[in-house]
Parts: sequence; C-alpha cells; structure tokens
Amino acid sequence: MTCRPALRVVAVGSATVQDLGRPGWAHLGVPASGALDRGAFLAANRALGNPDGAPAIEVVMGGLTVEALTTVRIGLAGASCPGLPHGEAFTLAEGEILTLGTPTEGMRTYVAVHGGVDVPPVLGSASWDSLSYLGTPPLAVGDVLDAGLSEPDASPVAVDAAVPRPFDGSVRIWPGPRADWFENALAHLSEHVWTMSADSNRVGLRLAGAPLVRTRTDELPSEGIVTGAVQVPHDGQPIVMLADHPTTGGYPVVAVIDPLDLDHLAQLRPGERLRLRRA
Amino acid sequence: MMPVLLPCGPRAVLVECGGDWVPRIAAVAAAIDGVRHVAPAAATVLVEHDGRTGMVESLVSAFAAVMVGSAPMTGGRGALVEIHVRYDGEDLADVAVACGLSVSDVVALHTSTELVSAFCGFAPGFAYLTGLPEPLASVSRRPTPRTRVPAGAVAIAGGYSAVYPSASPGGWQLLGHTDAVLWDPADESPALLAPGTRVRFVEVES
Repeated sequence: MTCRPALRVVAVGSATVQDLGRPGWAHLGVPASGALDRGAFLAANRALGNPDGAPAIEVVMGGLTVEALTTVRIGLAGASCPGLPHGEAFTLAEGEILTLGTPTEGMRTYVAVHGGVDVPPVLGSASWDSLSYLGTPPLAVGDVLDAGLSEPDASPVAVDAAVPRPFDGSVRIWPGPRADWFENALAHLSEHVWTMSADSNRVGLRLAGAPLVRTRTDELPSEGIVTGAVQVPHDGQPIVMLADHPTTGGYPVVAVIDPLDLDHLAQLRPGERLRLRRA
Repeated sequence: MMPVLLPCGPRAVLVECGGDWVPRIAAVAAAIDGVRHVAPAAATVLVEHDGRTGMVESLVSAFAAVMVGSAPMTGGRGALVEIHVRYDGEDLADVAVACGLSVSDVVALHTSTELVSAFCGFAPGFAYLTGLPEPLASVSRRPTPRTRVPAGAVAIAGGYSAVYPSASPGGWQLLGHTDAVLWDPADESPALLAPGTRVRFVEVES
C-alpha cells in the first residue's frame, strides 16, 4: 500500500486525527485518548473496508473543507452533515472539494479515508491527546494529509451511521468508588435532569444541574480514573471523564457511565439535556 | 488488613490498599486472566478488566493469598536514576522559611536520600516520588497554583517530590530545575521515572 498526499485542508473549525487511541499507558500518566464516538469511527472505516483502527478525522460541528489531491475514497459517519452521503463510501475526484457543513443533530463526524490517514504514530497511535499534547496537532488550513491508498475494496459495507442512533436522552450509570462522599449520590444523579455545558471537551463533559452535597470535607489522595467516571468537584457539578481525561485525580468519583453508552456523550450538544439512569 | 475493593463500573475495580501495598497489589492484579491494565496511585490500584463473570472473586482470592504472611514491598526495585538539579527555584526561600531551615539545609535534605517513584499521573511521565525526609515531607502545595511551571522544574508538595516533564499549570513548590529528559514518547521506555524507579537528586552548580 502506498501513502500519497490525499487531502489538503482548505478551511477548518475543530478537527483532529483519531484512531482507537493508546490504551495501556495509564501507569505512566498517558490518557487512552482515541475517537470519542467509537461506534461512529468504526462505522466510517467499515464503510470503506478499512481496518478497524485506521486513523480518521474527528470533526466537531462540521466546518471542515478539504480538497482532494488525488482520487480518494471517503466514508462519513457520526453526526450527519447536510447533503453528504452518510455511512457509505463515495469517491472524490482529484481537485474535488468536500465541505462538511454544520450537522443538524449530534456533534462529531468521522471522516475516514481509504487506507487510513497516515500520520506519525506516538506510542502506537495517531490520536491527538488534547490534555497531554501527544500526537498530530489539530488540523490547520494548508495541512496536507497523506493516506494509505490502494485499490478500493470490492465490498465496502454500508452501515447505518447517522445520528441519532437509538438514544433516548439517557445513559446508564453504575456506582462509583466514592459515592459515599456525597449525600444520596446515585439517587441525586438519577432523579435530576442535567444540561450539557458548553465548556466541555475531549477531556471532560461538564453537566449543569442541582449540585451534589458533600458528606465529608477532607481531601482525597490522587487515585486512578476510568473513562466514563463521573467526578464531582467542590461545586457539586458532575464532570464525566472522556477519552483525554487525566489518569489520576483527587476529586471523588461517584458513578461510572456504562462503557456501551459513552458514544452517546460524544454527540451531545451544549444546552442539551441528559438523564442518568441507574443500571 | 485486607484491601477493600470499591465499585468502578462493569469493567474496573478500585482497590484501596494503602501506599505500602500498592506495588504488590498491582503486580498480583496484573497477572490475573481478564485484567487489561493496572494503574497504581497514592493508596489505591485501579484494575481495568474485560468484565468477565467472577472477576471480583478472582481478585479477592488473589489478594488474600498474597497478603497472608507476607510483607509489603518497601522501597523500589527498579534502576537508580540520578537527577542533576540547579537549586534555583522560585519557592526555595519560602520552603526554607516554612521548614525553619536554611536554603542550603533544604538542598541537603532533598539530596540526602534515595526517593522512589510510587506512581505516575497528572501528565505523561509525571512521577510522584516518595521518601522525602521531614520537614520537607510536610510542605504543602502553594495556595494558588501557577498557570505555568516550566519543563524540568523540580518540586515538592504533599509528601511527594516530582519533576515536571513538560510545561504545565502546577501548584507544587519549586526548588530548582533539571535538564534531564523526563518524557520521550519515541523511546522504548518513554518515562524516565516509571513506577519503581529509584531516584537520587544531585546538586550541580548554577
């Protein structure tokens, strides 16, 4: 498979290269990182017959325009951008321009390229870690992305890749290790409606709502954190740890989002409501 | 005292075992079928696993077997790393005052003994080093963190010493700086101070 310049960035809002991340390095303080909506990332790759872990572009709220520098096969999944084929492979001719407008639903669109986006891996992954600044920095105008290009797969898989997938506005929560640091933590989380805050990012999704009340005032020594952990700092507003979260922390974790529901959080938009249902 | 297993969702368990037992608990957990990763911290080990039935029971049995009749691992078993430090930190004078010592006493204490990397967190390659002698071990964080601590800053806080691998915000007390490379992702062993590494700070002249 040869790698050739494939796409030039003409305009961009927020877009990074992501794959399945670099798990297994938490003991050295390295976040797992990787595509925030893994299901959509996989769907985009599978539409092209790519290997599951082939690096793709994670685009937040559209705004990406690229020029094809050669014939390129593309697959889109996640948040649907107006007027573009979704969940199935399509071809850009050399010189053709692809513009991702703002999705009407969801936040993150995955742009997969046949053969994968070719960038230098760090600790075995192409993912941009926005906390640790590891990997290929966010895309900028003028960037040229190489792709591993070969003959198009004979049988690319068309998948149902548009947002919304079955999402009823809730995700499931399990008890966390420090639920007892707050009054009736699980009940409080599940009985209130939470609003996704605009100052959320790949590190954490901040939820606004009725503050949780501490049962104790001491400090917690730093301990390991899982993706999906619901941390509650002193202001009582929960923060859900996402792919770029720090590996240790001293804020109590009262609950953990079910791993199978994490993809939904990647598509939640600021101001949207979320319920946390006890698993 | 047996470690306490705290719930952490369907694919993880947080084991509370006290700092002395962290290395042994981490080693035992890592060897169990279905365990994907273990992450030591100050007094706990986070065990991530594949969610198979019976995982918690397997961990409980394994911990019980190792803790009966054995002692925690003290000190480090890893290589010894010397870190050359210019003791010119912004907080060196404040730390001396807080400890009731002269600046040179603070430096002497910081360089007097072998420290051990207990765990990493906060940033890639950021190691929490234990073994600080008193009164350095009782020095607390600055009340207001700095928005930027330079790469290579050598610091203490909350009973630990550390070297900042790269520039970042930070609230620790800065004693000096080193040119040592703490984090190199291109290296086979990307973190200079991986857990278990023994560390000796050495003063070099400014």
